[in-house]
Amino acid sequence: MSTVWLIACVIAIALAGFFAGRMRALSSAGDNRRALHSLPNYYGWNVALKVMTPALGLLVIWLVAQPLWLSTTLANNFPEGAVAEDTSLSLVMTDVRRVAEGLDRAVAQGVMSEAETGTIRAETTNVREVLAEAGVALGSDVSPEVLRSAQDYRALASTGNLWRSIAIIGVALLGLGWALRETSASFRARNTVEQGVLAILVFAASIAILTTIGIVLSLIFNTVEFFRLYPALEFFTLLEWAPSFSGRGGASSLGILPLLWGTLYISFVALLVAVPIGIFAAVYLSEYASPTVRSIAKPMLEVLAGIPTIVYGLFALLTVGPLLMSVFGDDGLGWMQGQRAVITAGIAMGIMLIPFVSSLSDDIINAVPQSLRDGSYGLGATQSETIRQVVLPAALPGIVGAILLAASRAIGETMIVVLGAGAAARLSLNPFEAMTTVTAKIVSQLTGDSDFASPEALVAFALGVTLFVITLGLNVLALGIVRKYREQYE
Amino acid sequence: MTDATASDAPRARPSLTDADARTARRNAAEKRFRLYGIAAIGAGLFFLVVLLSAIIWNGVGAFQQSFVTVSVYLDPAKLDKKGERNIDDIRKVSTFGYNPLIQQAVFDAVSEAGIETEYTKAKEMKALLSASAAAQVRDTVLANPDLIGETMEFRLLTSSRVDGYLKGRVTRDSIARDKNIDAGHLDLVDGLQAAGVIKREFNIDFILGADASESRPEQAGLGVSMLGSFFMMLVVLILSLPIGVAASIYLEEFAPKNRFTDLIEVNISNLAAVPSIVFGILGLAVFIQFAHLPQSAPLVGGLVLTLMTLPTIIISTRASLKAVPPSIRDAALGVGASKMQAVFHHVLPLAMPGILTGTIIGLAQALGETAPLLLIGMVGYIATNVPDGIASGFLDPNSAMPAQIYEWAKRADPAYYERAWGGIIILLVFLLAMNIIAVLLRRRFERRW
Repeated sequence: MSTVWLIACVIAIALAGFFAGRMRALSSAGDNRRALHSLPNYYGWNVALKVMTPALGLLVIWLVAQPLWLSTTLANNFPEGAVAEDTSLSLVMTDVRRVAEGLDRAVAQGVMSEAETGTIRAETTNVREVLAEAGVALGSDVSPEVLRSAQDYRALASTGNLWRSIAIIGVALLGLGWALRETSASFRARNTVEQGVLAILVFAASIAILTTIGIVLSLIFNTVEFFRLYPALEFFTLLEWAPSFSGRGGASSLGILPLLWGTLYISFVALLVAVPIGIFAAVYLSEYASPTVRSIAKPMLEVLAGIPTIVYGLFALLTVGPLLMSVFGDDGLGWMQGQRAVITAGIAMGIMLIPFVSSLSDDIINAVPQSLRDGSYGLGATQSETIRQVVLPAALPGIVGAILLAASRAIGETMIVVLGAGAAARLSLNPFEAMTTVTAKIVSQLTGDSDFASPEALVAFALGVTLFVITLGLNVLALGIVRKYREQYE
Repeated sequence: MTDATASDAPRARPSLTDADARTARRNAAEKRFRLYGIAAIGAGLFFLVVLLSAIIWNGVGAFQQSFVTVSVYLDPAKLDKKGERNIDDIRKVSTFGYNPLIQQAVFDAVSEAGIETEYTKAKEMKALLSASAAAQVRDTVLANPDLIGETMEFRLLTSSRVDGYLKGRVTRDSIARDKNIDAGHLDLVDGLQAAGVIKREFNIDFILGADASESRPEQAGLGVSMLGSFFMMLVVLILSLPIGVAASIYLEEFAPKNRFTDLIEVNISNLAAVPSIVFGILGLAVFIQFAHLPQSAPLVGGLVLTLMTLPTIIISTRASLKAVPPSIRDAALGVGASKMQAVFHHVLPLAMPGILTGTIIGLAQALGETAPLLLIGMVGYIATNVPDGIASGFLDPNSAMPAQIYEWAKRADPAYYERAWGGIIILLVFLLAMNIIAVLLRRRFERRW
């Protein structure tokens, strides 16, 4: 039974249970609703929850556990010598799974009968051709061991699926029986249901924690794997980034420093654009602008924040780059060699960050108490003197926090640098040269490559950890500063 | 004491109405400071205008395409040699069999229009036509084999070079070294346009069609990746709305003040600031490497984007729950509702408009996100297959709008840049629509307590 039908089945049982529970409660009270402890629907909900929660929970666990169990069993049973020298057991297992899926599709499309899939032999049939007929393209010919293993896989999987259906429907029925048995007029159904709902709410709230754990685990495991293949010291100290393209490692130099330099340089250029414009805009909007100007200009600036980053990437590549080229390129000053450069990406990113800096600073400047301003005016200061000497110093910690948050955004930004900054890692001070960043290299090392065994692919996870740690650190620092600052005036 | 001051030279006593040097300086500084502020806002708005006009200027062309309208004689001798009108025999004739017929038709149109040309063979008309033209004619014939032997009028795509020439992207200088087209062809194009055979028309296929291979930019469309985005947004909506609302209700209404609650709060605020590419790494490692879900599937994209948008939705939902005044809860509790009933029967319905607004804005953010999709494999191939059902919509490899735009921006042919800008226009129209809906919802249902 497929997963969808199984879920439908459980829901059907739950629905039946809802009405059965309701009716049973009513009849046990002699159809007198006032004799019941809770409203009749709560008895129904009690039954439905007790059917669905355990059954669907078991289904989720089963869905995760069965493939894991299958691949360990098959990997243990796989003949020792059959793994060719240039590949690993995990790759062979991927092949096995693909062949098994292929056989499934072949049956579904009528190329093969169910009985045939168990009896075909790689020695006599060209499995690859048969599967190609069913629309499954395999990268290489199927060895007899792999085919045998795939057939075992299908057999085990179908037994597993059968047991899964039995177990889950069994659990659902057990829940139904248990809940119906306890249903009576004096049963405290509302309290039970509310406890169940509360548990669901707690689970939903914990998903944030699960996500963080997932991020940390997926980064850590692969990073440890990377450092097993590549020395950590070299990763952090080498001044060169030159992955070899053969995919066999050895000759690659994977030093993070040039990437970090590129990241920080581009972010610096971006902040150079965004911070002055952002802060002056915020000062003007909060101190000078009339309500009408404010109500028009502020949302207009914030439109810049709502535009997807891919748009800024394209803008950098196709508008900012050519524009800068015509001024600084060979036709102009001759400083710039290509359209992709630190300054190209930096300017586009700076435009993106303007509303980020301005709206955060705006909030913070507005939070400075009016009494400070009034005191300053009372001493005869002009408005700009008040802003420069009273309001901005008072708001400074908050503004620093806002700039740090913008910096963290800039460091984690991907699309603009992928399209605008170039691909070559360089340690240079010239903003007209192409450089690359941590995020751009994560993308280039992980796209199109499904083999996670080589250090060239795994390095992306180590880069990801670095990025995660830097941005997290900046955020915690910035939020800390902002919070402390807010408390100061509350 | 007073003597000391009195002994000074008598002080000038300027009138209060004209400023002394110092006041003038201070007033000038005031003016300058104000100007800086206006300049900053002006710069921000200027960038916005430049950005939007660059998008529109470069992208509008993608919605128009050059078509050539010719009468093609569907020669039975070429298309159905046996003459039995057997569909299997007709199917055996590949697009190569159709090319000569179409080229002949264009050649006829050229001589009919009385354009003088150096070309003497129909074959040389190939440069004018898109590679998809033959497939278009073949599909028509296969759908209705009785047409063979007749002369049919077709509206066919021109090649991207011709289209670029008419849009001003391709010039006589730029094709000097182009193997695909000669200056003579451009003369022909001028003539055919004057004769009304080649026309620029609105191209619905750009909005609804499928992506095409690298060599046929004139055929590429955004339709299939739009469906991919649609299925992804469906996943995001189905998962993030209930989970986000449940989490917010717990945190806002039930959570006791303890370590666990603090942990959740810290996690949510940090997740909101984690770079989106890190969510891509998470999706790659957990959903593809570990759980073996299919690569490039909208389901996986939706799951990743759900995790990414959850913090946004939780933060806005909590704000709208907080905005419901405590008197509502107190009144419900006072007439005997349980805490759970008070929340689900009274607070939640009142907070719903705010929650929906927040969800729509979260969805808009997810719709434009590209970086995580790159890592789960939604680029690097050509999204041509329209999903043929709901399951295949979720599970078959597909692209998404922003990923498709990135893919186009990466391709070598400059004709694809125009498509990328055009794609951005469509994407921004969607975002604009979603934001307007959110604003209208807020206006319509917002309550002031």
